[in-house]
Amino acid sequence: MKKPKFINLILIFVLIFKTSYANELNSQVDQITKNLRCLICQGQSVYDSQSDFAISMKTVVKNKLDEGKEEKEIYEYLKNKYGEWIVYEPELNQNTFLLWLIPLILFIFGGLLITRKVSIK
Amino acid sequence: MKKNIKFISLLLSLIIVFIILLKGLNVSKDYSNEKLNSKIDFSFKVKKLFNDEVINIEDLFNQEDLSVVNIWASWCAPCKDEHPNLMQLKDMNIKVVGINYKDNPKNAKNFLNLLGNPYSEIITDKDGTKSIEFGAIGVPETIVINGKTKSIIKKFIGPLSNENIIEIKSLINEKT
Repeated sequence: MKKPKFINLILIFVLIFKTSYANELNSQVDQITKNLRCLICQGQSVYDSQSDFAISMKTVVKNKLDEGKEEKEIYEYLKNKYGEWIVYEPELNQNTFLLWLIPLILFIFGGLLITRKVSIK
Repeated sequence: MKKNIKFISLLLSLIIVFIILLKGLNVSKDYSNEKLNSKIDFSFKVKKLFNDEVINIEDLFNQEDLSVVNIWASWCAPCKDEHPNLMQLKDMNIKVVGINYKDNPKNAKNFLNLLGNPYSEIITDKDGTKSIEFGAIGVPETIVINGKTKSIIKKFIGPLSNENIIEIKSLINEKT
């Protein structure tokens, strides 16, 4: 029996949609796991590591994205479980304000110093 | 005068940087979430090891009291080391829920047949995601949970020592 042409067309569309969704999901998983610290490895992100912990973490991130969770919600969920340390990019709070502020202060100070030197000359 | 001010400010900033770095040297670089009191979302389903029955994780824990969870695997050597201590908890009538981490069910059952079963209930965690719900980083790990607040009150990373057993016992006695 010959399959009608439009069924083939629908099948092709479904396949294209499925692969593009899978690609998008994988790139999202990669993006998030690059910002997650592998807690049992030395200096590696979850993305880089092949440890049992990192592999499970990648599955958790993928499952959360499948559930429709946003990137921020996933970070919050993991921070609740493992603390601030799990993410590479620290939040701006009373413990980390110096970390964020010092480069800015140094930048302004350096800029001022340069402009003063230039204007003196 | 101007030179002096420059010199003093440079010296001061160097001293400040030195103090910050010196303080940083004493900060432990090892990750430890033992003191982290995280909440657990008890809305996921789990599979039992012995009869493959799927249940809500909530059903395993005492809603009013403390519960002990132990994450283990038959392939993990430190789990074997802590096993006699877990048997001690069983002898003290302390219920321990076991999470069998990334294990072959057959090997897990053999492990228990050989060394004894200290668990009141065992659930499987084939891909390690259930252990992440409990904030675990590997095996073995033991967690004490407050069923009322649904939060972790104590975590023991690594094999349980005799001191840990005494601590768990006193935590549970304190509550009852």
